[in-house]
Amino acid sequence: MKTADVVVIGAGHAGLAASRCLAERSIEHVILERGEVANSWRTERWESLTLLTPNWQSRLPGFAYAGENPDGYMTMPELIGFIEQYAETVHAPMHTGTSVTSVCRNANVIEVVTTDGTWQCRGVILATGACNVPAVPAVAADMPSGISNVTTHDYQDPEQLADGKVLVVGASATGLQLADEIHHSGRSVTLAVGEHVRLPRVYRGRDVQWWMHAAGVLDEGIDDVDDITRARNLPSPQLVGSRRRQILDLNAMTDAGVKLVGRLMAVRDGVAMFSGSLRNVCSLADLKMGRLLDTIDEWAESSDEGDTFDPPERFERTRVDEAPPLTIDLAGEDFATVLWATGFRPDYSWLHMPVLDRKGKLVHDEGVVNAPGIYALGLPFMRKRKSSFIHGTEDDANYIVDHLSHYLGKGH
Amino acid sequence: MSEEASSVNNGVNVAALLEAREALTAMPEAAQFKWRATCDWQDGTHSSSKVEGFFGLGEEQTHVKSFSFDSDHPEVFASEDKGATPVEFVLVGLAGCLTAGIAAVAQNRDIQLKSVKATLEAPMDIQGILGIDSDVRNGFDGVSVRYEIDADASREDIEALVAQSQKRSAVFDIITNPTNVTVEVK
Repeated sequence: MKTADVVVIGAGHAGLAASRCLAERSIEHVILERGEVANSWRTERWESLTLLTPNWQSRLPGFAYAGENPDGYMTMPELIGFIEQYAETVHAPMHTGTSVTSVCRNANVIEVVTTDGTWQCRGVILATGACNVPAVPAVAADMPSGISNVTTHDYQDPEQLADGKVLVVGASATGLQLADEIHHSGRSVTLAVGEHVRLPRVYRGRDVQWWMHAAGVLDEGIDDVDDITRARNLPSPQLVGSRRRQILDLNAMTDAGVKLVGRLMAVRDGVAMFSGSLRNVCSLADLKMGRLLDTIDEWAESSDEGDTFDPPERFERTRVDEAPPLTIDLAGEDFATVLWATGFRPDYSWLHMPVLDRKGKLVHDEGVVNAPGIYALGLPFMRKRKSSFIHGTEDDANYIVDHLSHYLGKGH
Repeated sequence: MSEEASSVNNGVNVAALLEAREALTAMPEAAQFKWRATCDWQDGTHSSSKVEGFFGLGEEQTHVKSFSFDSDHPEVFASEDKGATPVEFVLVGLAGCLTAGIAAVAQNRDIQLKSVKATLEAPMDIQGILGIDSDVRNGFDGVSVRYEIDADASREDIEALVAQSQKRSAVFDIITNPTNVTVEVK
């Protein structure tokens, strides 16, 4: 039996940030990693993915982007390199190739069972990521045979898809980016659009992430929003990190030739049925973006840098056809693929403690899980809006490690 | 929430609604409701329907009184027009649901409503119900709802009320999304 004060599960940016914060407080710990550093980014992402945040924003405790392109967006190889470099500076005590198969309490200790022995510890930090399993809705089971169902974990690039039309389900950053690239591969694409978050890449001459950071939007905490559950479940904002810094919204999709339909509600006898609420979900997103831009403009008005910003602008409302199709006969209309861009969920199947709610979500208060000694890190809107992004990890890691430190009796 | 200090009064007890939301989050089985109606054929296309009881919060409930509705077809359909056409009840349901939602959301957002008027229109090609053309569906081609709202709020805030009301509306959902319907004979 091996022992440590704290076991950190996962050596992505969050686990490494936790390790750094633990080391600063001289708390003995190990990181257990099923693969190698940045494993999910290495093995579970598609080819063209880039971060939604600009490089200058990529920072972790004691480490920041130092390259020559602060306004660019990291590709996956660049991000993996960034996290590898961080791992070297952190000198984390790490066991790679070690999968955790069970975490449970045994009297006063927590037992972490792995493919390479069992660890006993008093604290565990769950840094296993928020995107372990594609969250495919139940309606997928009703898809007719002959249609290939592809998830965002299986998807690499358009060339793996059969010829024929593609239905992309979901209007998150992922859904729009993949609809766009599949459309450009020459396949006809239809995009099923439910609730979504619309954001311009660049506003008044600056990256929208710069504005949200400057105006304090990214620092909004769980008490600053009406409904934290809803805020945590929002799809990722419709952004793409590309050299052109273009706006990737539903109007751009329409202009490119992608067809928009409502949320996929049901499939009956091979016919996909879409909600008639497309217009309203677009209105909701347009109005919400308008409110954010109002907030930004108000902040800009009061800022000392006011005269360096381009003038305020407002964007065209999302164009919706008079009568978007409510049904598509998938086989009859030559659809070959359905791509499920319907989000992800964490995998806690190995976590044998009563810490999940009836929907399978981890119950935690700002990362402090409702089981003594258990903490989470790297979850969407865990403590603040920026928790969803890499740079949000710094504050969160310090917060939970302080809490853990007190719990272990090593505070002050 | 600031409704305690607020002078806004749209006649919606938002505090009670928010309390109910919290209670039902903890006790989801109490959130299981069943809505009911009965219908008695009168003569021709005329029927009388009644709503009285429903199930919710774990037990049988009743309205403060029973409500009756006559439905019929208009004279241009060679009927006697003793009540609204059933499809018009659908519009009435949608309007009532969306408007109730607007009042509740406005109260929650501290917006005083002065007047809320909705005009609904639903085009329909009756070649469908008459079986003239099998490519034409029986139901509406679409539904349009036009609101005229006078309230102490900006145009954007009023649009946001209307959008949020659609998002939370049962009848909007029933009309825009497929529903399994089982009709049996006893």
